[in-house]
Amino acid sequence: WDPGQTVHLLFMYVCVMLHRTHNQMKTYLLQNSEDIRCKCICPPYRDIEGQIYKQNVSLKDCNCLHVVEPMPVDGKDVEAYCLRCECKYEERSSGTIKVTIIMYLSILGLLLLYMVYLTLLEPMLKRRLFGHSQLIQSDDDVGDQQPFANAHNVLSRSHSRPNMLNKVEHAQQRWRRQVQEQRKSVFDRHVVLS
Amino acid sequence: MFQFWGSRTYSGAEGMENPGYCSGSFDGLHHPSDDDDDEMVDIAGATLDFSSTDDVPPLSSGGFEDYSTTTGSSSSSSRAAGMNGTGPSNLVDPLEDPLPGVGTYEDFNTIDWVREKSKDRDRHREITNKSRQSTVALLHSISDAFSGWLLMLLVGLMAGALAGGIDIAAHWLNDMKGGVCLIGFWFNHEHCCWTSNETTFQERDRCPQWQSWAELITGTSEGAFAYVVNYLMYIFWALLFAFLAVTLVRAFAPYACGSGIPEIKTILSGFIIRGYLGKWTLIIKTITLVLAVSSGLSLGKEGPLVHVACCCANILCHLFTKYRKNEAKRREVLSAAAAVGVSVAFGAPIGGVLFSLEEVSYYFPLKTLWRSFFAALVAAFTLRSINPFGNSRLVLFYVEFHAPWHLVELAPFILLGIFGGLWGALFIKANIAWCRKRKSTILGHYPVIEVLVVAALTAIIAYPNSYTRMSGAELISELFNDCSLLDSSQLCGYKQPTNTSETGAGNSLADRPAGEGLYTALWQLALALVFKMMITVITFGMKVPSGLFIPSMAVGAIAGRLLGVGMEQLAYYHHDWFIFKGWCSPGADCITPGLYAMVGAAACLGGVTRMTVSLVVIMFELTGGLEYIVPLMAATMTSKWVADAFGREGIYEAHIRLNGYPFLEAKEEFEYSSLAVDVMRPRRADPALAVLTQEGMTVGEVETLVESTHYSGFPVVVSQESQRLVGFVLRRDLLISIDNARKRQEGVVSASQVVFTEHAPTQPDDAPPPLRLRGIMDLSPFTVTDHTPMDITVDIFRKLGLRQCLVTHNGRLLGIITKKDILKHMAQIANRDPESILFN
Repeated sequence: WDPGQTVHLLFMYVCVMLHRTHNQMKTYLLQNSEDIRCKCICPPYRDIEGQIYKQNVSLKDCNCLHVVEPMPVDGKDVEAYCLRCECKYEERSSGTIKVTIIMYLSILGLLLLYMVYLTLLEPMLKRRLFGHSQLIQSDDDVGDQQPFANAHNVLSRSHSRPNMLNKVEHAQQRWRRQVQEQRKSVFDRHVVLS
Repeated sequence: MFQFWGSRTYSGAEGMENPGYCSGSFDGLHHPSDDDDDEMVDIAGATLDFSSTDDVPPLSSGGFEDYSTTTGSSSSSSRAAGMNGTGPSNLVDPLEDPLPGVGTYEDFNTIDWVREKSKDRDRHREITNKSRQSTVALLHSISDAFSGWLLMLLVGLMAGALAGGIDIAAHWLNDMKGGVCLIGFWFNHEHCCWTSNETTFQERDRCPQWQSWAELITGTSEGAFAYVVNYLMYIFWALLFAFLAVTLVRAFAPYACGSGIPEIKTILSGFIIRGYLGKWTLIIKTITLVLAVSSGLSLGKEGPLVHVACCCANILCHLFTKYRKNEAKRREVLSAAAAVGVSVAFGAPIGGVLFSLEEVSYYFPLKTLWRSFFAALVAAFTLRSINPFGNSRLVLFYVEFHAPWHLVELAPFILLGIFGGLWGALFIKANIAWCRKRKSTILGHYPVIEVLVVAALTAIIAYPNSYTRMSGAELISELFNDCSLLDSSQLCGYKQPTNTSETGAGNSLADRPAGEGLYTALWQLALALVFKMMITVITFGMKVPSGLFIPSMAVGAIAGRLLGVGMEQLAYYHHDWFIFKGWCSPGADCITPGLYAMVGAAACLGGVTRMTVSLVVIMFELTGGLEYIVPLMAATMTSKWVADAFGREGIYEAHIRLNGYPFLEAKEEFEYSSLAVDVMRPRRADPALAVLTQEGMTVGEVETLVESTHYSGFPVVVSQESQRLVGFVLRRDLLISIDNARKRQEGVVSASQVVFTEHAPTQPDDAPPPLRLRGIMDLSPFTVTDHTPMDITVDIFRKLGLRQCLVTHNGRLLGIITKKDILKHMAQIANRDPESILFN
């Protein structure tokens, strides 16, 4: 078994899937006609103020004659007026914007919740579960990682949790130890990244 | 264990010793002292953990989990036993089923490029040999050759997508400080008014869909009360974003703070910082970068994007055995990823490749150049297809003008270069002094409060001035912009000539006298310049993701724009002067202030980072105009000369030195006449070098020797008497092998002999079986003689990426030189504290 080949296969599969979803997205996004605009900026001309015109037209119609409505000048001046205007065709994808922002906010929210859980709720739960005396005792120990690990062992043994959960917990403990180590070297000892 | 041979062999080299040097320790291979306790625990833990699939931190230590997933722990004992019985030719081959953990590195250590590269060559040779035997092996070899490009494709896609997301989110969150969009909270200010027809020529971003906080709370957008409400809301959001950013960094990934480029430079040169390029760092850096940028702090997202791209590359490396297991190969990918980072940050693929080559990379073969090029292309394409700004451009401050410049203008451009150089040198000095203060004094103990105070200060001072209120990228975009009739901003507040409507049809304008609006803009810009210069010094290096490119470009752009407007007015009022005569007649459009802003930005960035070629290429990719290469070149070169006169290192090197990373600068030259014997350890007064003999030592003796010292490696000699060199063994490999043998190999006890020779010596029948360790010994360690000049030795270290080098005299082992020794020696020559070099 070779991970490289599996990855290649997986990649092909992902490519196919991406292509399919891309097509679906395309049809979905193109329905949204608000995502294209032709924006014309016309500078002040004689006694007419500068104006901005926006229209929902396709690329080939994106010029002053189609977009500037109503035309502020008479027929013979239209050409002179339009020569000064600058028209730009712009596209955006409001779907992408929406998805990105919502995804960003949900990840941020999850991280904040997890942070609050780790700093506030977990110690409180521990206190409730194991009583006050043990917590004081464990606070005097080397660090608060080891006693927590013990606490987790006790928990898992008493409830005979499935092995998977234990593994996750173990990984989490390991990760927290690493973060603590990093925090020590960055914030306390200032050996790296200062 | 120690043999005091030093006094004898040194007799020939007496007088070579540097007399002024007196170092208390002889820790040529010493670890940072407070890590010593953890070290043994770490190794023991690592050996115990082999059988479990664990979350191994990225960068290095790939060997562990691969071993456990592919072969499982049950077979390892037979493997170890088999190693003992197989012939000597197999033992030499490093690829022949090495023990798990052997050949990996500890945290905060330096890799041995030579060893990694030869490992990869061996692997490659084996695959090529096998590919002739079967179709499956042939396919495997093809996929192996292809995997590098596939990896580049994936890195480009991922980094491009992330950069697009960051752009969109940062833009939105930044506008959130001002108000909210009623037709969909996810739109930023510009997209909120995308189709609105209520926007006017004067107030282009005003539409009823977008409500400022004052309008929402008080119902009016006019008056002092509304202003105060907006002001307070601005400060509130700035503080909230800054607080979230710093707490998230603190809670989940402390390595995500800072710009990341100094560390990536060090990592690319061979240093190992575990977890620095891991997935948590990636997530937290991406999330908090958006928060930090939108909090209004004077920082940019360009530098951290390089870090983000490198994290992507490192994580994706885990999918491919070739890159997971080899630190040198992985660094090639990381070099390419640095190019990808700049490519998406500035929309400049070629500039990104050159940035990687000029600024961050240590080992950059041609193959990496092509791969970086490809990856940068893919990334730029991905970002373009996301279209984060809705204007089909990759960066906010893309400019497009083709106004010509005159030769006389080179003088102000060079003036801007001088300004950039002075500012760069001053900034580096001030910032390093401030960071040193943070490192050593009580200031460093309150990172959260520090960030909050700076954010509050920035918000309070920045809001009243419209040029500091807008984000750095927007400011630069406004300053780069050339005034035409279409613009209504304050910066274009020139007096309108009376007969404007009749002259010409285009929108470009002849030089005009400055009007009321422009004068207001000018003094606002001057205040903004002073503010930006000061606040950036204390912002860079705080514990939030913070880049330096945008703030220094903003400083330069402001200065350039001021000078540009000044020149323009000078030319307008004095076009009969000798210097303006002939090319700047009245009514002609001869001076473009936007171009001055661009040149100023390049000069300041060049002064701070000391980039030259890559900077010019990035700038011309930003502008799409080839005709400005000469002004940009003149300004960056002047800026580099001026800045180099005050101190030769750029901001990234200065930070590397501040942190004491083991980085051997390739740009500096070593010009002293010292010899290898002056630098090597042990010194004259020190105890002799701790060596292993190729046979005759027991496991117990070896363990005592290893545990009583802190060295990362031990030379192996023929015998204590002759001191003839056989090879070199790394401490970590030795410990792991012995530990493994004790657990899994029959009959290995403390009294067993440790044998490094090809054939085990004959010994009595009742003796325990010997432990053969030839497989972990490096049989080709680099050696120099004691009279080799140091400049040659330094060159060898730099060009080959050595970690250590042994010193011999008449064929006898005399001592050892490590990278750290060289760095200490250089620090000592330059009158710096040699103890500032912290890591191995």
